[in-house]
Amino acid sequence: MRASLPWQIALALLAVVTGGVLQLATAPGGGPGNVWPALGLVALAAAGTLTMGGRPVAQAVLLFIGAHGAAWLLLSGVAGHEGQAGASFYLALSGAWLLAWRCVTVLSMLKPASPNEKRLLGLIIPLIFGAWVLILWEAIVRGAGIPFLLLPPPSAIAERIGVSTAVLAADFRQTVLKAVLAGYIIGCGAGFIAAIAADRFVFLRRGLLPIGNMAAALPIIGVAPIMVMWFGFDWPSKAAVVVIMTFFPMLVNTVVGLSASGHMERDLMRTYASGYWPTLFKLRLPAAMPFIFNALKINSTLALIGAIVAEFFGTPVVGMGFRISTEVGRMNIDMVWAEIAVAALAGTLFYGVVALVERAVTFWHPSIRGG
Amino acid sequence: MNAIASHKPAPALPVTQSGVADVVAASKLGLVFNTNDGPVQALSNVDLTIGKGEFVSFIGPSGCGKTTLLRVIADLEKPTSGTIMVNGMTPEQARERRAYGYVFQAAALFPWRTIADNVALPLEIMGISKAERAERIRRTLELVNLAGFEKKYPWQLSGGMQQRASIARALAFDADLLLMDEPFGALDEIVRDHLNQQLLELWARTNKTICFVTHSIPEAVYLSTRIVVMSPRPGRVTDIIDTNLPRERPLDVRESPEFLAIAARVRDGLKAGHSYED
Repeated sequence: MRASLPWQIALALLAVVTGGVLQLATAPGGGPGNVWPALGLVALAAAGTLTMGGRPVAQAVLLFIGAHGAAWLLLSGVAGHEGQAGASFYLALSGAWLLAWRCVTVLSMLKPASPNEKRLLGLIIPLIFGAWVLILWEAIVRGAGIPFLLLPPPSAIAERIGVSTAVLAADFRQTVLKAVLAGYIIGCGAGFIAAIAADRFVFLRRGLLPIGNMAAALPIIGVAPIMVMWFGFDWPSKAAVVVIMTFFPMLVNTVVGLSASGHMERDLMRTYASGYWPTLFKLRLPAAMPFIFNALKINSTLALIGAIVAEFFGTPVVGMGFRISTEVGRMNIDMVWAEIAVAALAGTLFYGVVALVERAVTFWHPSIRGG
Repeated sequence: MNAIASHKPAPALPVTQSGVADVVAASKLGLVFNTNDGPVQALSNVDLTIGKGEFVSFIGPSGCGKTTLLRVIADLEKPTSGTIMVNGMTPEQARERRAYGYVFQAAALFPWRTIADNVALPLEIMGISKAERAERIRRTLELVNLAGFEKKYPWQLSGGMQQRASIARALAFDADLLLMDEPFGALDEIVRDHLNQQLLELWARTNKTICFVTHSIPEAVYLSTRIVVMSPRPGRVTDIIDTNLPRERPLDVRESPEFLAIAARVRDGLKAGHSYED
């Protein structure tokens, strides 16, 4: 059996050698610590994988330990030496990153038999990916000494999240649990009912849909202050903005979805002398579900944006948008990033829940049953 | 007593000379479609009566109006001239009383419903009780040899099985008239032969009246008691052939001289329709 040399491993070894030469050339005591151990660990892991050709799982474990151990060594070594990292530091980091790349490659080529292993693998691979976004962010920001105001390192953001949990939770309650949820439910519900009404009554279809188009074109920045005047400073005005933002995607998608059922299916219902409502509930609404869930997914992210932006225009002293706009003024950039992280997490979770419900409801659709 | 029985038409049916009630009676029937390219004569001067228990095939090239005629019987299209009665009523009344089951070219099963729930669809719309529905689902699925597939979804079944499920759905509410629009057109010949046999068995067992649109001469001759030959532009009836084949028909009846003679006459009829046009 001929030992093959994956290009990531080859590059990693090259990075280690070059990094070692450059590290020798730097003055001792200058620059971040731990570069030597990190280089050594990368070299060991890279060389080690070459000896275990037919055992991909062992390879992946070794690569994982090598990559993340080296990254940890480098990150702890850079403390106190911010902005002093030289080429050898970045070469060691690249070596570790290449090992992680190889690790993900090896894992992606695995063909696990049991569905549980498949699920675990589907979780590990994106996690390694995400971890390396954070590792590179942290190492480059601290190694290059980028000013805190421009971009704080993830560790500082995490620390801020840990310290300010109470404030973040209060903001989350105010913005997501009150404004976003209320606005989303009312907006999507109203869009859905309007779509059914427009389908049932011709005059609404002719009159309402063009006006719905106009509502979609309303600039949210212009509407938000007016909603604050109408509904006060607290969350109802933000919910109103969310209603305006989510109404139209729901209306349009439902109207399109209601015409998604085929001629043959509708003729079939006609041969049963089925009335408007039985045809709606038994044929047209189920056929419209993929479209309706499309709108629900679009709206789950729109709603969060709408509520946060609306809070820029007057709010009680709580809320994610309020916090972002005031902390930016106070130069507390880590708090702004902490709010962004919470918003991203909330948005992802919201979208994920809607997508899960969609899978359960439209299990029959070719895009989901995979046929 | 169930909900369907009360929908059956009053016994005062028009009666032909032979004493058999007419299920379909069309006279001077015509239909003009107004398309963007001007009016198109889809049906012209069609006279036809179909008695109870008959198996009538409509055959002809595409565009001859055979599907349109079936859709007129089903009240899915409105004729523009002439008269047509279904069970002694207008087609609209007949449709509202659920006088017929319609089988389309494709199975048109709802993918979000299981096979059993698809068969239950017309029964739900007609307000039949749950217990009665379960009994009819069991009976009709057995009739089309699909027992055991109740919990499957349509997309888990082959094309032939899907079409059988759609036939079960049309049979579920016990209409006496079955309208079938090229139901086996999309299936391969082996499956089609098999389903033809099953359809004949089903017809013999249930004694329904069947109107069957096809473009296959062997299929029409094999299945029918009467064959209506149609030709296009304008769609009209050129020949009506009574077949004298026995009701019991094994597949090899198709090699018998009687069968071939009828097939030849159908072919002549189709040819005559074309030469008229040329």
